[in-house]
Amino acid sequence: MADAQGPYSPKVMEHFLNPKNMGEIPDASGIGEVGNPSCGDVMRLYLKINENEIIEDAKFMTFGCGAAIASSSMVTEMIKGKTIEEALKVTNETVAEALGGLPPSKIHCSVLAQQAIEAAIKDYREKKAKK
Amino acid sequence: MKQIFMDYANATPCDSRVLEAMLPYFIEKFGNPSSHIITKGNEALSALDNSRKIVADFIGAKFEEIIFTSGATEANNLALKGYAFANQHRGKHIITTEIEHFSITSPLRTLERLFGFEVTYLPVDSFGFVSPDELKKSLRNETILVSIQLANNEIGTVQDLKELISVVKENSSAVFHSDATAGCGFIDINVSELNIDLLTLSPTSLYGPKGVGALFVKNGLVLQPLIEGGFQEGGLRSGTENLPAIVGFAKACELGKIEMSDRCNYLKPLRNRLWEGIEKNIDFVHFTGHPEKRLPNNVSFWIEFAEGESLLLMLNYMGVMASSGSACSSNLRGKSEDDLVASPVLTAIGVPKDICTGSLTFSLGMSNTIEEIDYVLQIFPGIVNRLWQMSPFYLDKIKGHTPKLTKVDK
Repeated sequence: MADAQGPYSPKVMEHFLNPKNMGEIPDASGIGEVGNPSCGDVMRLYLKINENEIIEDAKFMTFGCGAAIASSSMVTEMIKGKTIEEALKVTNETVAEALGGLPPSKIHCSVLAQQAIEAAIKDYREKKAKK
Repeated sequence: MKQIFMDYANATPCDSRVLEAMLPYFIEKFGNPSSHIITKGNEALSALDNSRKIVADFIGAKFEEIIFTSGATEANNLALKGYAFANQHRGKHIITTEIEHFSITSPLRTLERLFGFEVTYLPVDSFGFVSPDELKKSLRNETILVSIQLANNEIGTVQDLKELISVVKENSSAVFHSDATAGCGFIDINVSELNIDLLTLSPTSLYGPKGVGALFVKNGLVLQPLIEGGFQEGGLRSGTENLPAIVGFAKACELGKIEMSDRCNYLKPLRNRLWEGIEKNIDFVHFTGHPEKRLPNNVSFWIEFAEGESLLLMLNYMGVMASSGSACSSNLRGKSEDDLVASPVLTAIGVPKDICTGSLTFSLGMSNTIEEIDYVLQIFPGIVNRLWQMSPFYLDKIKGHTPKLTKVDK
């Protein structure tokens, strides 16, 4: 079903047009970069994690469609202030839900957001283990 | 907010003169042309005949060589499947190109998959041109049909049909079909000068209505009808004719013939202004299609580090409507991500396939103005820059390192 807004919910458009937490964290504790081969989207998530394993800051850089950019923006908002264990519980469904839903063909963009968290935390743990 | 429409390749509004011509055929002259013994039916039949005459004149065809359909898609299906089914005893090889519309390639895939035909998809060069030599080499004794578009609605390239047709005629007994949908509003077509056998037309680029098209079928060719159950259109296309749309189509052709060169002369400078402005003001832009042998209203390109759907959404937010061939923007009504497909036209001309490119097509129309072009040129660099600022690829480009994807275990 189409509506007057176009293919995306108002929430998606809000996050697409005014994304939160866009940019780099130069001294990030963990960086996750994931991509989607069917669409070509690439999402890079930077996390700043403190000694209590709380995500103090999260930023993103994304190449992709409106849904990919909005999912990136939303996910940074959702995980800021959370512990990494809590952040790992964020799923693609909760991202899509927070965005007021995504078109079926764009669900993979929210999956990308979930994968980006996993990849960034994996990177953080690997870096920590090396120290 | 102003609304600036620059997607005329996908839709033109009805010219008010076209609409005016159509209106009587909804209420007053509603008859069925097949019931022409009675007055209302006869009135409808004369309108149908008159429309057929006008559309035939538009391309230099004979009256009985025009078959009205529900649009260019149906006309393409009828040309390909209809000719293949009726002539398969002569051979089962068909030649087409890699840059045809889906209404050409999809029926051809069906002919391959279900009916044992073999199809050669000719590659094109970086401008989108088919090589006459390649075409000649791919012709076989059992080639019955060659289908090559007149112009490409996405990258704007106009083929040299005359040369391609003569290659086919001199070296084989195959018939030649062309989908002229994207070109017929800008290029004067004469079927006898071209020596073409089948040609698809629609009023999409002619400011006519949707839901109508036509197939030119040269006298003497035999086609198997795809839609059966009546005697309309010489038995080649059953079903009560969509008379208001057919009358509108004819009016659009009549006006198009008279005004074609004026329209081209109006659109070309606007097109050039947009092209030059983009070239001058934006980095990492790659124009697609041939610079001269192209539709007068088409500017197409792709931009590195920015994705097509995002470009479209931001332009649309600023009131500017264009189109994109990027996978992300391809089928938003699809059921899953598998329904997203990058434009085969872009991959055929060598645009990198593995990245979802920032492809855009601006196709201009008669209501566009210099002020609108300048507005687009004013806002577009900012839009591109904003997407670049979000793009990890752009960041990497600036910092000079290459991105690496992290694998995630599912």
